[in-house]
Amino acid sequence: MVDVRQRVAVAMSGGVDSSVAAALLREQGHEMFGLMLRLWNEPSQNGKRHNRCCTPDAVNRAEKVAAMLDIPFYVLDARKVFHQSVVQFFLDGYAAGVTPNPCLECNRHIRWGYLLSKALGMGATHLASGHYARVRKQGEKYQLRRGQDTQKDQSYALSMLGQRELSRTIFPIGALTKMETRSLARQFKLPVTDYPESQDLCFLANNNYRDFVRRHSPESLNPGPIVNRDGNCIGQHSGLPLYTIGQRKGIGISSREPLYVLAKDCSSNNLVVGSRTELGSYRLRAGDVNWTSGNPPSNALRALVQIRYGSRPSPARLTPVGTDTVEVEFDLEMRDITPGQAAVFYQGDVLVGGGTIEPSVKPEAL
Amino acid sequence: MTKPIYLDHAATTPVDPEVISAMLPYFAEEYGNPSSVHMWGQRAQHAVKSGREKIAAVLNCSADEIIFTACGSESDNLAIRGAALTARESGRGSHIVVSAMEHPAVLNTARSLRDQDGFELTELGVDEHGMTSTDDLSNALRSDTVLVSIMYANNEIGVIAPIAELAKAAHDQGAIFHTDAVQAGSQLPLDIEALGVDMLSLGAHKFYGPKGVGVLYARSGTALQPTQTGGNQEAGRRAGTHNVPLIVGMAAALEITEERRNRDGTRMEALRDRLIKRILELVPDSRLTGHRTERLPNNASFVFANIDGNELLMHLDLAGIAASSGSACKTGSPEPSTVTRSLRLSQRWELGSLRLSLGRYTASDDIDYTISMLPDIIKRMRSENG
Repeated sequence: MVDVRQRVAVAMSGGVDSSVAAALLREQGHEMFGLMLRLWNEPSQNGKRHNRCCTPDAVNRAEKVAAMLDIPFYVLDARKVFHQSVVQFFLDGYAAGVTPNPCLECNRHIRWGYLLSKALGMGATHLASGHYARVRKQGEKYQLRRGQDTQKDQSYALSMLGQRELSRTIFPIGALTKMETRSLARQFKLPVTDYPESQDLCFLANNNYRDFVRRHSPESLNPGPIVNRDGNCIGQHSGLPLYTIGQRKGIGISSREPLYVLAKDCSSNNLVVGSRTELGSYRLRAGDVNWTSGNPPSNALRALVQIRYGSRPSPARLTPVGTDTVEVEFDLEMRDITPGQAAVFYQGDVLVGGGTIEPSVKPEAL
Repeated sequence: MTKPIYLDHAATTPVDPEVISAMLPYFAEEYGNPSSVHMWGQRAQHAVKSGREKIAAVLNCSADEIIFTACGSESDNLAIRGAALTARESGRGSHIVVSAMEHPAVLNTARSLRDQDGFELTELGVDEHGMTSTDDLSNALRSDTVLVSIMYANNEIGVIAPIAELAKAAHDQGAIFHTDAVQAGSQLPLDIEALGVDMLSLGAHKFYGPKGVGVLYARSGTALQPTQTGGNQEAGRRAGTHNVPLIVGMAAALEITEERRNRDGTRMEALRDRLIKRILELVPDSRLTGHRTERLPNNASFVFANIDGNELLMHLDLAGIAASSGSACKTGSPEPSTVTRSLRLSQRWELGSLRLSLGRYTASDDIDYTISMLPDIIKRMRSENG
């Protein structure tokens, strides 16, 4: 049943997911309108555009879908706020030695910040988006759950959503698989099925973040020493932002056994490398933690913790420290714990919270 | 949603039902080519000819001074390129004067002559009402000035230029005077003799005629190079098969418009004045743009401080009101238009423009509804932006 008091703003990108989301809402009889964001463009070089998001082609497709569905459609210019809160955050993060997650920041500041407030200002009661995640009301609280399609689940990047945002959010395709979405796109005859997937890091050229940092933040690239755990210098790196924890390729040092990036020490500009066995850790500390329910737990709890988009969640014990910090202790040794990425806590399908992995004070030798 | 209200007649107008009836036979029944010898051709030729005469009657000119084009922009192009290039070839000079507030069809054509063809261009500034002064024009004119183009009424802020005076100043220096009357066409007198211009552009869809057809009036003796070459239509000044149904429609539309001009003008002016008065009263930090009295009867244009005009249009659209803005851009990158820029507003005003343009069928209720909605929308947008 459609609530007549609802008026839904649907975020449209011209892609298959948001288009099917819009078509489903339309079929359900919602009063609705479509919004698209202009986020970023870099001037073209060699006649090729650098970024893939919100191209004229994508705008055309979204316009076409809106026209087919006969809903009002508007493009909002969010380039300034996107630059400030996502691109600059991304560059600052790398400059500060972490591996930032701009998608999460975009969801926080742009989609559920700027866009949600614009949508509500334009008279919408809800914002719908084509994410693979689900919202369910349990009593007085809204729960955020993984999308039905575990392969496509996007809840990780939505871990900063709180009650206020969830109460205003609709994920029309959260209970569908990608296959089902594609097949609906064909059924609805939407002009979007043949286009390549929209990717994360929409503003990066050729998906290469290193080129992007070189273009936009060359001052953050200071060459320095590559050291091992014992502090011996074994080579030169070309700027810490160009390396990521767990990285093996491109370090440029030949060694008996493969070397991995273990840590980036910004204060000394050292890149710490070592063998695969040195990479693991049982612990991490997450800051800026958002508890979906709005209530931080008072006691330690068990949860599955996911430390990267698309990685396997791993069982752990969470110990809250204050309201927005959590100590995570994994049952199993974890590789690839990357400061700057999110640690997201699940109980079953329910996302209970998440925070940003903090840099460890000193590399732990376990 | 409420019944949508269309207050964007400066963008385009609905085709008058009588105009549609007049056009219909010329699609599938009287489909002949006016250039053909046979009877089909003769009947089509007669339709074009009688359209030409009707338009000439409204303009108070002779029929052979009417050139049919595909739109107002084409008329502007033909006038400016055609006259400027011809005048230079005859050795009269290469200086052009336009106002800084011209429609892009004039402004970009003049700039293209400057950048591609070596003309010199003077863009006359305007005062805070968007007015071009005759003194400024006289001062800008030189012995090698070949062409002056100043719009009759501005499309964004509706300000009306003193065309007869400006034309006289241009003629005193021996320059040709063109006016873009596309926006004025539906509302202001088009008597060429009273205006004293050498060339005048019109587009039918602004006066309840079809899109895709326009007129250039060119005073007999004004030498024009064609911008579109080909067959010998329009005395070699504009090649291409005549668009018979659209020409018939345009002529019918202009006749109807002329017949209703005073009535419609008086009625719209009263509605417009009420709209302007109430909006300025009800919306804090609001200003009227353009001139208070020297403005098109259907034009109410404002700027609102700290408002993004582009977003205001979305809010209005969702409230069922179709309007336009000097910063409107469908792809979502608001920038002040040339017109808004030339008014030299400070930054907090320059993106906040709104144009409400009334039409023949705009009802008093539509104005009441707009007055009831707009102030709240602006209030909400401002509070949202903090």
